[in-house]
Amino acid sequence: MPLITYREALRHALSEEIQRDENVVILGEEVAEYDGAYKVTEGLWKKFGDKRVVDTPISEAAFIGMGIGASMLGLRPVMELMFWSFATVAWDQIVNNAGFVRYMSGGLINCPIVIRGPANGGTNVGATHSHTPENMLANIPGLKVVCPATAYDAKGLMKTAIRDNDPVMFMENTLLYGEKWEVPDEEYLIPLGVADLKREGSDVSLIAHGRAALTCLKAAEILAAEHGIQADVLDLRSIRPLDEEAILRTVRKTHRAVLVEENKPFCGVDAQISSILMEKAFDELDAPVLRVSAIDAPAFYSPKIEVKQLPRPEDIVPKVLSLFS
Amino acid sequence: MPMETPESTPDHASAPVNRSLSPEQKRRFLSDMLRIRRFEQAALKQYSGGKMGGFLHLYIGQESVAIGTVSLMGPNDHVITAYRDHGHALAVGMGMNECMAELFGKATGCSKGKGGSMHYFAPDKNYWGGHGIVAGQTPLGLGLAYGLKYKGLKGAALCFMGDGAVNQGCFYESLNLASLWSLPVIYIIENNHYSMGTSLNRSSAFKSCLAERAEGFAIDWDLCNGEDIYTVRAKTQEAIERAHQNSRPTVLEIETYRYYGHSVADAKHKVYRSEEEIERYKQNHDPIQRWKKQLLGEGVLTEAQYDEIDIAAQQEAEASVQFAESSPLPSEASILEDVYYEVDHGTAAGTTGRHFFNN
Repeated sequence: MPLITYREALRHALSEEIQRDENVVILGEEVAEYDGAYKVTEGLWKKFGDKRVVDTPISEAAFIGMGIGASMLGLRPVMELMFWSFATVAWDQIVNNAGFVRYMSGGLINCPIVIRGPANGGTNVGATHSHTPENMLANIPGLKVVCPATAYDAKGLMKTAIRDNDPVMFMENTLLYGEKWEVPDEEYLIPLGVADLKREGSDVSLIAHGRAALTCLKAAEILAAEHGIQADVLDLRSIRPLDEEAILRTVRKTHRAVLVEENKPFCGVDAQISSILMEKAFDELDAPVLRVSAIDAPAFYSPKIEVKQLPRPEDIVPKVLSLFS
Repeated sequence: MPMETPESTPDHASAPVNRSLSPEQKRRFLSDMLRIRRFEQAALKQYSGGKMGGFLHLYIGQESVAIGTVSLMGPNDHVITAYRDHGHALAVGMGMNECMAELFGKATGCSKGKGGSMHYFAPDKNYWGGHGIVAGQTPLGLGLAYGLKYKGLKGAALCFMGDGAVNQGCFYESLNLASLWSLPVIYIIENNHYSMGTSLNRSSAFKSCLAERAEGFAIDWDLCNGEDIYTVRAKTQEAIERAHQNSRPTVLEIETYRYYGHSVADAKHKVYRSEEEIERYKQNHDPIQRWKKQLLGEGVLTEAQYDEIDIAAQQEAEASVQFAESSPLPSEASILEDVYYEVDHGTAAGTTGRHFFNN
């Protein structure tokens, strides 16, 4: 199976969907002639031309809102935010218009839009460029939120997101764009709302999304090698819809859970997971559910410090060990 | 002090788009305006009687703008507006029944009781709402125009907004894209001179008028008196032709006036403007009385016909109140409907994973 990067996997998904559906159009800052600020859309403008791959000015409120309006008429715009951080200036459009137009119209209007881009810290760009808004947007009924951790997942989820008839907020990660995974040449789709058990174990469940799932895999190797603890690593992949069954399945198996995310802790995604476990797996738990989140402050700039702000394997391992003491 | 705009010139009555009107069409405009007014008067009465919640932003006094502009729409022309949306809704052909029932919060409402006064929609009539956030609809209107152009359709997006919306950033971002990409959007500023309780002169900096701000974006703009349907139609037609023929945007400012407050809950609307001012508009600038006079003068309307049209509008409004009153409330279960397309349609996507999170 070919090894390709996360960004190539996304690009293949976009390219295939542009060819499959004439209503798919890519819009965003620097996506066309510049080939993408992070090269996700590299070559697509040359291949598909001005109509299908469109550079926008730096004007998120207008172009995101424009995409929403166009989607109401039946287009399937895939809008790039150079950073999800920039969603703050398009918040009204995303929340009130993409999120609520179907509801407020009593189901008369849909909004089949994808808004995509990186949503991560860890790149020393300061607090304004390091948001992880998956929790905020998953808080909006009407929106869907996806956070793929690997190239395979990114491609399969992107193709599904484009075909979905609801607005999908697709959150990528600049630290993963250059990482490689095996991705088949044949077409495949990954449904939203299906988690992926990325490692099987029996002693503890590490539940995560996005890059934190990869951090959990590293922690699991340390736990196995140094402590004889075998961890299940469950990657949620999709935040809303959420694969609650998979969460309950792993915890019923291991009876212990550590929830890991690069999101901030207060009202983070894992606060919701924690609540679900309390409600539906209370009797299955042999220990309290613990969490490892980004340290609860705006993103730090200084490279040697910021790396400590996000969950690392060495933050996860002691949390797991504490469950067995 | 709001400016009082001059009488329309005979040129507008003789514009081709007006010359071709039949007596029936002219009387229809009268009926359409009276239907808006009588509908809203009935709604106001029911609102005051505690039959509905929330806000009620009345369009009374501005009827000629919605009727004049919407009367020019072809099959690929679309409308989107802000929260003062009843007039445009009736103008595009939405029924009084579903509109009144929506105000009553009933299941038979146009949005099944989920939207309320500010959020009417009828995509089957090219009517895309009904939007509550000031200027939030301006990028959406741009998107409708983008969609038309992308699909190769000859149409226009008529995006209505109030004078209070012109100071929001997303409007200027939208103007930039509209001009840069030559999109067939028409921003119609219904200038009723007050953004809630703040008069135009206290809220907006401008040279000669608000629409002139379009100059900086190389967008054609115009200003007209909104109380006369001939004027509104003549000016709007120029913008529609610009959109259809050249795929170019327009900013069209239409001077108008609302008789009631920003919403019915606006208790101070006779504090921030004088009663004399309101009376002066009612006496001298009322679009319905003006059109009536016009048609009587042209000999295409009699007093008896006027009364007949008015009574029919009142009866239709009263019947819509009865319809709303006797309609069922939405079910509690419907709270979770119309959130996600895929869930509503029971697709594989809609039945995979958990979508809702109450215990």
